[in-house]
Amino acid sequence: MLNIIRERLHQGYRTLNYPFASPSISPRFAGLPSLEPTSCKGCKSRACESVCPTGALHISPEGPELDMGRCLFCRACESACPEGKITFTHEHRLAAYTREALIVRGRAPETIDQPGIRQARGEQKRDLSLFSRSLKLREVSAGGCMACEADVNVLGTLIYDLGRFGIEYAASPRHADGLLVTGPVTENMKKALLDAWQAVPEPKIVIAVGACAISGGTFRGSREGCGGVESVLPKGCVDVYVPGCPPNPWTILDGILSVAWKKRMAK
Amino acid sequence: MFNYRESIDWNDVPLVSMDALCASVVERCRKGWRLLAFFGVPSPAGTEVLCVLADASSRLLDAVRALPGRAYASMTPHCPQAHLFERELFETWGIRPEGHPWLKPVRFCPAEGEKRTSRPGPAQTDYYRVEGAEVHEVAVGPVHAGVIEPGHFRFQCYGENVMHLEIELGFQHRDVEHLILTSPSHLVLPLMENIAGDTAIGHATACCTVIERLSGVTITDRAHILRRLALELERLANHTRDLGAIGGDTGFLPSSAWNGRITGDFLNITAELCGSRFGRNLLCPGGVKWDVDAALSESLVRRLRSAFRDARGSVDVMLETSSVLARLTGTGKVSFEDARALGLVGMAARACGVDMDARTDWPLCDVSGGSTRRRIRTTGDVLARTLLRSDELNDSAASAESDLMQLGFSSGEEPCRVSMPESLPPHRLAVAQVEGWRGEICHLGITGKNGEWLAYKVVDPSFHNWSGLAMALRGEPISDFPLCNKSFNLSYCGHDL
Repeated sequence: MLNIIRERLHQGYRTLNYPFASPSISPRFAGLPSLEPTSCKGCKSRACESVCPTGALHISPEGPELDMGRCLFCRACESACPEGKITFTHEHRLAAYTREALIVRGRAPETIDQPGIRQARGEQKRDLSLFSRSLKLREVSAGGCMACEADVNVLGTLIYDLGRFGIEYAASPRHADGLLVTGPVTENMKKALLDAWQAVPEPKIVIAVGACAISGGTFRGSREGCGGVESVLPKGCVDVYVPGCPPNPWTILDGILSVAWKKRMAK
Repeated sequence: MFNYRESIDWNDVPLVSMDALCASVVERCRKGWRLLAFFGVPSPAGTEVLCVLADASSRLLDAVRALPGRAYASMTPHCPQAHLFERELFETWGIRPEGHPWLKPVRFCPAEGEKRTSRPGPAQTDYYRVEGAEVHEVAVGPVHAGVIEPGHFRFQCYGENVMHLEIELGFQHRDVEHLILTSPSHLVLPLMENIAGDTAIGHATACCTVIERLSGVTITDRAHILRRLALELERLANHTRDLGAIGGDTGFLPSSAWNGRITGDFLNITAELCGSRFGRNLLCPGGVKWDVDAALSESLVRRLRSAFRDARGSVDVMLETSSVLARLTGTGKVSFEDARALGLVGMAARACGVDMDARTDWPLCDVSGGSTRRRIRTTGDVLARTLLRSDELNDSAASAESDLMQLGFSSGEEPCRVSMPESLPPHRLAVAQVEGWRGEICHLGITGKNGEWLAYKVVDPSFHNWSGLAMALRGEPISDFPLCNKSFNLSYCGHDL
């Protein structure tokens, strides 16, 4: 018993006061992409497009566009661009309310409307309301490789302490306000995902976490389904998209908090 | 027979009759060889079956192939470790192993060349069933209570006791092996890193090794050390998480809470290497993409020591608590004989007294250092799997620390990446065995006439070890299932591919 108490004192208090304190993330972390405005007309190689493993990068007449919903944040385009116009910033808040808002066309973060960044610009206040703060989510892994799942799960640990926001993972979809879906949605999981979604009482929230859930990610070309959440659930049912492969836990936390903000704003 | 580090000419792989192939597998396995892979390869004459066997004592591999036609006599009754390979062969290539005791689909996907729409999905088939007035059946999954992957468990119970557990997977099937064949080369490694997200380094190391062995490229010692470091960090993170989860399932909450945080500390050290907590985008054929300089090495050694101190403290407190030990002792036993017969690998096998570890049996390089101590436990229960993880924490931390220091001292002396040829040589076969944190990961690649992939086979340790979990539950109370499951912590997607 004494050893447990001694060890408890050693292990200390570890919870970070997120979102008011900023987390320390590796300097090599690839966050929000930043694309210098350029026409790419002089560029013959178009190397950035051809090295992208998932076809996330596309050169439009207005310049490069990067779809974070497909992006693996592997930096292949960053090293391929002969002009050095593509960079990845250290910004971890990447969640978006719409699929369209995941497409980056310009310099970060001015031109990008991520809810987390917007909150940080001054709209964010400590929420002291007594009611409407609870959010119960049922996690469904539909072909997920366990990386997204691990970083969703880790939010329950004491660094992140999801419980202090009133957010918990529920054991049954019937007890949940919504689904948090990971994985590219395989053929063999379509029915289970649809059943779980139908079991959630209205109004239901859907959070798509990771490139797989958003777009199929690396499995887009598979013969076994794998077109992401919106290939099975109705279009427009996703409330928040959290990009990454897998997203950093802080990115996921920001995404879940964004949906909580959205839910309260709607009231 | 050939040296495990070399590739061989595909045309030199002897083509024998299917009966001779099966007889040689049964004979070799009786002598202690292991079945590494057994799968179909398309050929102009029909589907060939390739079988690769390994003998750890001589460090030799052997490859044989045969043309079985539509059916052959199953070797599972004589060589149980072939059971899932034969089911897979039946499902994917439609080649029937006559006399297989339990011929069901593995991943519930249509065979090659058939329409991919209608099928009985997983958990929609009949199960092994025990009949009797007081016997009842319990079904769990695919969507579980926790944040885990989908799978279906069907228990045949008499009162509280489980007489038989059938594990039905396939929900996670993403068709990885086929995607590898049809994807552009720059998508191959991201796919490998997504086979089992918690083993990204293990699978990426295996894939890069296959490609390097096929091309005959030797990577630098520095690259080997960086890969080894990443692999041991992966082991540290996963073992720490599992030990915490075992604490959680025994109701010992302090270690359960602490280990969740300490796991993150190890993952964040990996993130310092490459930006990703799971080591995505660290490896590439030819070496690694990110190097470690003296300053980074120094700061990472400090963080590693501190995280290891915390992990050790947390786990020691748990393992000196008698109520925890009482809960773990004798729970979920797998015998040495069953482990050998079913071909269990890695930690789960070592906990049953099977002496195997690919790090020393099939070393990837001759660079000194690394974890060379072989940890064995003989009781085969949850306690053995727990103590084995606890022992391996020490070895992995020591190995990672010495590798980090060596990287710091020798910083700048040699590159961590060498260039690779544009394409792979034609008609070659190479194998890689990597000891991931769960056990041996085996990748096997064969190239066609233009150096394109003719076949690529992935055997995740979970492919073998799910049968071990089913055996562990025999005669156990059903309430022990979560604890037994955690003590194996197998990958659903690694099995389903």
